[in-house]
Amino acid sequence: MTVGQEHDQAVTRAVPPARAARADTGRVRHAMGAIGRATFLAAVAGFFALPLLWLATAPFDAHPTITASFPEFTLNNFRSLLDNPYVLTSLGNSVLQAAGSAVLVVVLAALAAYALSRVRIPGRDALLYVLLLLSSVVTGTAAMVPIFELATRLNLIDTHLGVVLTLSGGLLPAAIFILKDFMDGTPTSYEESARVFGASPLQILWHIVVPVIRPGLATIAVWAVASVWGSFLTPFILLRSPEKSPGAVILYTLYTEGGSPRLDLISTFSLLYSLPVVLMYIFVSRKYGFRFHGGIKR
Amino acid sequence: MGFVFPALVLIGVFLIFPALWTIYLGLTDFRLTGLAAADPQIVGVDNYTAALGDERFHTSLWLTVQFVLGSAIIGQAGLGFSIAWALRNRTGPVKRVVEGLVLLAWILPSSVVAFLWIALLDRDQGTLNALLHMPGFAWLLDHPMLSIIVFNTWRGTAFSMMLYGAALENVPPSHLETARLAGASTFQQLRDVVFPRIRGHMLTNLLLISLWTFNDFTSFQITAGGPEGRSEILPVYIYNVALSGGRLGFGAAVSFLVLLINLVLALVYLRLLRGRRGAEA
Amino acid sequence: MISLHGLTKEFPGGVKAVDALDLEIADGEFFALLGPSGCGKTTLLRTIAGLETPTSGRITIGNNDVTGLPPGRRDVAMVFQDYALFPHMDVTANIAYPLRIKKVPRAEREAKAAQTASRLSLSELLARRPGQLSGGQQQRVALARAIACHPTVFLFDEPLSNLDARMRLEARTFLKRLQRELAVTTVFVTHDQSEALAMADRIAVMSAGRIMQVGTPSEVFQRPSSTFVASFIGSTPMNLLPGVVKDGTLRVAGAVLPLPEGVAGGEEVVYGLRPEYMDLSVTAREDAFAGHVSVVENLGTSFLVTLEVTCDSGEHLVQAVVPEDAEPAPGGAAWAVPRHPRALVYRDGELVTP
Ligand SMILES: Nc1ncnc2c1ncn2[C@@H]1O[C@H](COP(=O)(O)OP(=O)(O)O)[C@@H](O)[C@H]1O
Ligand SMILES: [Mg+2]
Repeated sequence: MTVGQEHDQAVTRAVPPARAARADTGRVRHAMGAIGRATFLAAVAGFFALPLLWLATAPFDAHPTITASFPEFTLNNFRSLLDNPYVLTSLGNSVLQAAGSAVLVVVLAALAAYALSRVRIPGRDALLYVLLLLSSVVTGTAAMVPIFELATRLNLIDTHLGVVLTLSGGLLPAAIFILKDFMDGTPTSYEESARVFGASPLQILWHIVVPVIRPGLATIAVWAVASVWGSFLTPFILLRSPEKSPGAVILYTLYTEGGSPRLDLISTFSLLYSLPVVLMYIFVSRKYGFRFHGGIKR
Repeated sequence: MGFVFPALVLIGVFLIFPALWTIYLGLTDFRLTGLAAADPQIVGVDNYTAALGDERFHTSLWLTVQFVLGSAIIGQAGLGFSIAWALRNRTGPVKRVVEGLVLLAWILPSSVVAFLWIALLDRDQGTLNALLHMPGFAWLLDHPMLSIIVFNTWRGTAFSMMLYGAALENVPPSHLETARLAGASTFQQLRDVVFPRIRGHMLTNLLLISLWTFNDFTSFQITAGGPEGRSEILPVYIYNVALSGGRLGFGAAVSFLVLLINLVLALVYLRLLRGRRGAEA
Repeated sequence: MISLHGLTKEFPGGVKAVDALDLEIADGEFFALLGPSGCGKTTLLRTIAGLETPTSGRITIGNNDVTGLPPGRRDVAMVFQDYALFPHMDVTANIAYPLRIKKVPRAEREAKAAQTASRLSLSELLARRPGQLSGGQQQRVALARAIACHPTVFLFDEPLSNLDARMRLEARTFLKRLQRELAVTTVFVTHDQSEALAMADRIAVMSAGRIMQVGTPSEVFQRPSSTFVASFIGSTPMNLLPGVVKDGTLRVAGAVLPLPEGVAGGEEVVYGLRPEYMDLSVTAREDAFAGHVSVVENLGTSFLVTLEVTCDSGEHLVQAVVPEDAEPAPGGAAWAVPRHPRALVYRDGELVTP
């Protein structure tokens, strides 16, 4: 440290003033950069934390308003929330639908992405783009009636399966798209090596490909769960009985008879409803890492 | 190739089929209720001409463009890249906290998130007004577009941040060092070293977030398109005409128009990002 | 024994990476495929492994026609250029993987892996992941994985090219000894001629999907059958100079040389001589190449001297290897004297010296 500083000073003294000045501005610029970076990160943290404050305070407040404020601490809100008969079942329904969709999406997307990444067929990329476009429209509102009709004819109305299949169909193209990037990034020599040893395609997938892209699969699983967890429109339209509705739908039933929101229940349920996805995210990112590899490599 | 089959079946039944059906509905006068619900008639391109001539559609399209530009391209991609850049080769609690908060905004359920923002922006009791000491300022009424743009930036930045974070790891440090030794400023480093390397990632990212933003419905739960349609972006517009207004055929036609617009958008991205690479090579 | 009959591999787009190739590789032989990058060595190896389907032609291993068999049923093991060690498995699991596919019980295959590993001095590393190994260790794990399944053929794709220079020399000796002990037919791809010369029993020199010459290292080194092979083999490239037969002598770059066997009057030929067979003289001679010393390179125990020779047919570079302490100073005049019996003469690129 000291040696370095002495050296620095020596250099500064030895060089012509113009160059010394430049070194100084360089140092100033560096310091400014560090300060700017810290300020920026602090601002980002503030911006992203601000809306979350309410979620942290209101559920524990005896008289919650819309303002995030220091709570008059209570756990009563949780008790009165649990008096609602649908709250706990709705959490179970959410788990069922999210897990079902995530498993379906991860398995089918992994299979499809693997095949699409390894087989060269003309128009493959175009097909993926078209599916991506379609998926964004079909998850929109206008397709809800066709989806409702379709579910009616397939006897899927008011079933978890109907919700799972519909949501999975909408999530699959983006999942394939993202996973294919992961697959493209893994060398084919792994699989070829296994092939030479006599491994079958399924063995290759299970022994080699899945473990290698495990972070990608985990990411897609979290993404699928989070999407389904928050979905409102599809379950709202496809499910009739409140006993089957997920939390996202039940949240909108927490109103007084007069039609104004019951903030105590809403904030408490919001917190309760958010926790599982957050915990799942933390668990998965600890265990497998969480990242979108991305990039279409050519 | 058999591996693609199960996914294709599911996509075919629950995606392509409803999509085709929607396109078909767009050619009819199908309504949710009344006579046309029982016996819809083919009306050809009437819905399309009606939509293209509809002032409300034009406004909505223009608002959507603002929404995508502001919240997806500038907001999510811009902020996401900046965060990824500021956090590159950093470790420790700062990185974990910032990333954690940004990701939290992304994985929370949409319905919860909508309530959070209503609580934040409320006119009389909102946290933001309390913080800024400007009680009574009606963010959602006076600046509905700004509100939902900022909201959607908050909501979706995580994806871009993570994608760019991964992309930046693929930029060899020696390239950046070479540029720095040559005296390049941060801007020049970004332009000459970083962007050319991560062009593929930018393409993926912009494509996905633009599509998602274009069709995002969460803002409905905050402003419901109001006041007076001043934040009625296209997905909300479709909801309002198709499900609230019951004009399903018309709504389906608008959906198809949105699909076409998305297609053009995707082609423009592909052109821009792929074309320039071709010119360089 | 591996036999290839009229083997052709054409990629979509029309690149013939392997072009109507015939080849026989004997049992237990250490066979090198040598050629410049892009000449089709890897493609040929992958076609033998079954990873590429030939456009036409047949492949037999032993007495079986394997042309239509999938890779797993050809009883071959391949070591890839990047080793292709599975990053999520430790060394034991990597080595035992072929046995796992063959449904060998876990305890047995782990014992087998440990045994193979100890043979390659990997016993200390069994619990590590590939990411925690050096290049040389990774290479040995890849070898161990290939050995563990007792194949009838080893296929190696440039297995030494990712090692640093010293490691490469060690690995060469090691690999050659290992192959001798195991006596398994081995096909070895390399673009490094010294590697091929040092290790192989026989070498096939390839260019543009075809085989230019097959022979033992000494045959290929001493009598390259074409100017292509001549310029490719040897750590210092062979001098190849244009010459013409005139008045019963051979005129090459200003030197008048006795007429070699196999050439007739008036012909244009190429005169080939390795720099090692060239002596340097400081006095003028008619049967030598007169020039100026332009570069002197230290090869350790000898020096490589490059002369700039200017004559009627233009300017040529002539190289000679001289012993240490005998090197000339750059810039001075010198004469390179060929050892005539070692000279080779090529007509239209083909060797004519009998
Ligand atoms: N999958 C492929 N598709 C098209 N051309 C290929 C493919 N693999 C190799 N080639 C071409 O075949 C030729 C031989 O390649 P390769 O066998 O890899 O050469 P080597 O291993 O000798 O360097 C090259 O011109 C290469 O570009
Ligand atoms: Mg090769």
